[in-house]
Amino acid sequence: MTTRLFGQKITRREDPRLLTGHGRYVDDVSGTAIAAAFVRSPHAHADILDIDVTGALDIDGVIAVWTYEDLPGQAAERLPMLIPHPSIVAPHTGYALAKDHVNFVGEPIVMVIAKDRYIAEDAANRIDVDYSFKEAVVGVEQSREGTRIVHEGMDDNVAAHIVQKVGDVDSGLDSAPYVLELDLEFERSACMPMEGKGVVASWDPGEGSLEVHSSTQTSTGLRAVLAAKLELPLTKVEVITPDVGGAFGVKINHPWPEELAVACAARALETTVKWTEDRREHFISSAHERAQTQWVKVGFDDEGRILGLDVKFWHDNGAYLPYGVIVPLNTSTHIMGPYVIPSFRVEYWSLYTNTVIVTPYRGAGRAHAVFMMERTMDAIAAELGLDRTEVRLRNFVRDFPHPMGLRMQDGAEGYIDSGDFVASMARLKELVGWDDFESYREQARSEGRRVGLGIACYIESTGAGPYEGGHIEVETSGRVNVWTGLTTHGQAHATVFAQIVADELGVPLDNVHVSTGDTRKLSYSVGTWGSRGAVMAGNALHLTAKKVKEKALKIAGESLEADPQDLEIVDGMIQVQGDPSSSMPLAAVSVLSNPLRYAFDESARAATQFAKESAADEPSIKGGEQPGLEEQEFFSPVRSTVANGMHAAIVETDPETADIKILRYCVIHDCGPMVNPLVVEGQVHGGVAQGVGGALYEKMAYDTDGQLLNASFMDFLMPFASEVPHVETDHLETPSPLNPLGIKGAGEAGTIPAATAIASAIEDAERIPIRSMPLDPSTLWHMRTSHREGDNSLSRVTSPNH
Amino acid sequence: MTADIGTEPTSTIRLSVNGVPHVLDVPDRKLLSDVLRQDLELTGTHVGCEHGVCGACTVQLDGDPVRSCLMFAVTAQGHEIKTVEGVGDDPENPADVQQAFIDCHGLQCGFCTPGFVTTIDAYIDENPNPTEEEAREAVSGNLCRCTGYQNIVSAVQRAAQLRAEGARL
Amino acid sequence: MKPPPLRIHRPTSIDQTLDLLSEHSVSGKVLAGGQSLVPVLNMRLAAPSDLIDITGVSGLDELTVSGPEGQQEIAVGATVTHRQVERSVDIARANPLLAEALRFVAHPAVRNRGTTVGSLAHADPNGEMPMILALTGGSVDVRSRRGIRTLSAEELNVGPLETCLESDELITRAIFPALPAGSRAGFDELARRSGDYGLAGVGMIVDVEDETVTGLRCGFISVTDIPEVLDLGEVVSGTQIDEVAGVVSRVVDAVRDFIDPGGDIHATADYRRHLAGVIASRLFRRLCRTDNARIQGAQVHTAGNDAGNGTDTGADAGSGTGKGIENDTGRRRA
Repeated sequence: MTTRLFGQKITRREDPRLLTGHGRYVDDVSGTAIAAAFVRSPHAHADILDIDVTGALDIDGVIAVWTYEDLPGQAAERLPMLIPHPSIVAPHTGYALAKDHVNFVGEPIVMVIAKDRYIAEDAANRIDVDYSFKEAVVGVEQSREGTRIVHEGMDDNVAAHIVQKVGDVDSGLDSAPYVLELDLEFERSACMPMEGKGVVASWDPGEGSLEVHSSTQTSTGLRAVLAAKLELPLTKVEVITPDVGGAFGVKINHPWPEELAVACAARALETTVKWTEDRREHFISSAHERAQTQWVKVGFDDEGRILGLDVKFWHDNGAYLPYGVIVPLNTSTHIMGPYVIPSFRVEYWSLYTNTVIVTPYRGAGRAHAVFMMERTMDAIAAELGLDRTEVRLRNFVRDFPHPMGLRMQDGAEGYIDSGDFVASMARLKELVGWDDFESYREQARSEGRRVGLGIACYIESTGAGPYEGGHIEVETSGRVNVWTGLTTHGQAHATVFAQIVADELGVPLDNVHVSTGDTRKLSYSVGTWGSRGAVMAGNALHLTAKKVKEKALKIAGESLEADPQDLEIVDGMIQVQGDPSSSMPLAAVSVLSNPLRYAFDESARAATQFAKESAADEPSIKGGEQPGLEEQEFFSPVRSTVANGMHAAIVETDPETADIKILRYCVIHDCGPMVNPLVVEGQVHGGVAQGVGGALYEKMAYDTDGQLLNASFMDFLMPFASEVPHVETDHLETPSPLNPLGIKGAGEAGTIPAATAIASAIEDAERIPIRSMPLDPSTLWHMRTSHREGDNSLSRVTSPNH
Repeated sequence: MTADIGTEPTSTIRLSVNGVPHVLDVPDRKLLSDVLRQDLELTGTHVGCEHGVCGACTVQLDGDPVRSCLMFAVTAQGHEIKTVEGVGDDPENPADVQQAFIDCHGLQCGFCTPGFVTTIDAYIDENPNPTEEEAREAVSGNLCRCTGYQNIVSAVQRAAQLRAEGARL
Repeated sequence: MKPPPLRIHRPTSIDQTLDLLSEHSVSGKVLAGGQSLVPVLNMRLAAPSDLIDITGVSGLDELTVSGPEGQQEIAVGATVTHRQVERSVDIARANPLLAEALRFVAHPAVRNRGTTVGSLAHADPNGEMPMILALTGGSVDVRSRRGIRTLSAEELNVGPLETCLESDELITRAIFPALPAGSRAGFDELARRSGDYGLAGVGMIVDVEDETVTGLRCGFISVTDIPEVLDLGEVVSGTQIDEVAGVVSRVVDAVRDFIDPGGDIHATADYRRHLAGVIASRLFRRLCRTDNARIQGAQVHTAGNDAGNGTDTGADAGSGTGKGIENDTGRRRA
């Protein structure tokens, strides 16, 4: 048998191309296309009184200047609310170009199209917009107060509100001998991929069709919305996602205003128009995430077992709600984590502010949930004087599947389908040296150093539906073409999907060629988000490959005069099991699968009508069959798989400067069987790095007028290699019962608990309650000062402030 | 006072890129990164921030890594420029640094990668046997949002090893 | 983020350069490495009509150490890059403080193009070079069609990002004196990330004769508007080198009293004031350690920072990081 490729650390097949300058990212497409630039609002909240574009029109090289009035038909309507949800009480979305009002700094108002981007920017700078200013609503606190209102016609700033319950939390809390309350806060960060967004829209006047290249996370979604907005038949629009320079969630929203405006312009000008977002635009007009204000009340017994958990949180969703409430919904459905919580209530408010919109960023609301639950676990341990791991062990779910009693983002009820939390915890303690830490702490103290150990556990619903598909074609050369509709932005799909297909088809990996995100090839797909690529498309391709194999064996069985059930495929040869002498290449089956009239080459000759010795008295293609060794199949699960993991961090805090260093970072990770451990580890490393950024470096600093003060890489402190710790990993592989491959998603795992694990470690080092992240040396230094002056108890019962 | 828009100053320049001489007419203000990508169609050099922090656009100028987004093409005359394609442009036969990235899974989306490759290509000539800490420092001027840097640090050491082996052959 | 329309002039002689500067004195700018200027242009925060690229001007690439032992001068021409200065063994010997502080300037790829004189002309109070020029008593030679003048650091720097240079003037070179015999010098800062501007930074020169401290001068980054030098000779003079612990608190108090930091999104003013004191305290103790008696060419800072390439100088690998525990976090400061 050929060695199974599933589970092997195979180096990536996309790498040679990407490393030698042969990647093709969206800005590499149509290098000479005319370019768009946008006039964006410099004000967070204002009415537009007048737009004077005359200064731009006489610049040589300017081709078009568009305001809202120039948008045609449906494109002039509001952008869609993509994911409706019953909790949304006041759905507001923006326009492709602002109409009458602006609601955040960066909102596009005028589109300039010119010969190149330089000239487009010259022209944009010459356009005068007259505003009537309104007071900006910035931050959860101000939005919650409701004295200033973002959207006219609303009485408050509440976009969505919901209460979800499991059991009776009031009696759970009443019966608890201990009750703690925590006020918590999480600040804004952003995905910040190295490549910004971008779109190249090309109109073919002869065909009346639109071809769009976009760095989107959903080419099928973008295609559908562009067809609807441009009022074109779906068949006249194709969207291709080329190589994408990172996404992490920010490229899932669609259409971005610029994508729609540029597509309209391409049609109107009957040409190709390009917009490549620059870094400043990305800061002020793509999406952010993470800001929440949270309150937790927990009741527990003498052993630290939770009896009731009551949570309220306020989520800053920015100026509009195009992606619905996915982020706060994920927060609310992940709070219970890997624990048995007998009674639970969560209530959230999603709030408008005059800031950049909030849509999913790697983890999509789950990091916030972990922060609440795990800060609570540490507080319980402190209150009872118990080891923090012991409290967690006493509350872990031990029976699987475990119903969560909540409706998840996919609309289905959540179940923790698999895992072994007790085993994971044992591995984590061993990896980080949990039981030896106190002696290390003592040794450090004797050297004048201050260290702390932190922990955070999480679950993550991954691999959400509704479906993903696969399409496989075996060419007569033996080349295997694989298509799936979801998009790729660093996830090694060309490698891991090839592994899955090569395993099933028994062909060498090098024969398998994977292509993604091209609606011309597979027009049914959902997209790449929520750690779903491997689970959804991986399983779809596994099922597709099975179908192809079945067909191949059937055709080969006729040629080899063998029962298909006795056949196997080894290294691209179909043979009778254990008898390589009776065999034929898969390529030859492909030839036979497509009966031909014309022989254009040697192999085709074998499929022509006189190739067989005698005529059979039946049609060449039998009823119910199709020509070609080619199949399509879809995978649609009943519910999401739930992956899990546990992180531990050791930090050192400088007693004088309050500088925070991560000395060690350990990860136990369970995403089920790993298709390619090299790739999974890479995902974990990158996820942790983003978590570290969110813990210690990154925040979106808005002033009270809604100006983003740090809209550059100089002041938005994305970590360099010097700031990111070496990550030590170990894996559990508990299979999911929810899909044929037993896999669970891995893409977001590294990020979700990282800020919380680091908060836990800083608290352990400093003996100061850490209730807000991120944390920088200046803030920690001030906390030390105020902590010395105030209450010293780690487990102090805080009073709710609402 | 900006120069008159519409009568934009341009220059005829001679650029030597990856050992190939080019004569081009370009606006004076055009950044080297854009000239490489648009005029010479060397799209391996990527633009990530256009303010000199991220390092995606790093090319070698007379052997030293520099930010091509912080240089006007006009001012690059008289220097030898090496881009990622100059390090190695054959996917079938990647250069040592490129092979090291493959071996160590040092890239994911690949967007920042060319800037790392050009940086490391110069670095391992200066320090043929870097420690892990030195390797980490060597790449601390380039941002990557995918990998967490761990495997890039390994790739620096692997690249040095491959170069030493190549030199011995 | 594309620069506005502009014309680039490429003079080859100093005379041509001065003519161009005179001609475009209203809206012309000198372009050398461009590492501070081009980001500003790309963000369209400035829009000069003419840039005078001096990188091809002959006579501006001088990098020399001259003069008798102990009274040497380092001359750095206007087009000499940070990296060239950093790589010079002679400079590291004559003024190790300059070489040491240079490695805190951004990252190697920026130092490969950025010029030391350009940093002085930019006069950023967060920048290391203006402070080092002031602390070491350096000067700049300035030329225009109107003549030649030499300015001390004190004369050059008049405010944050502001020098006394006229628009037709060009700094042709900077002079950094060698550190005096018997002195010990060091620099340290705490930055949020490697290569970022320090939240606070301190350069320090301690004069020592016969195991006795005879002088102490400090310069600061990010906590003063202009690079002023604080002379604490009176506070420390006469203190035995192994007894400086007794005067450290007075040094720290004097530093915190002298500086005038502002707050921003990265740190409050109070924190920066505190931090500058901590850095000064640590630096002073370190420089006075008796095992630090190396004078010229000494690697005195122990912050573990070597943003350079790791081969041309000795990086203090791993100092200040977790002992007895695996640590791969790379360097940190302070």
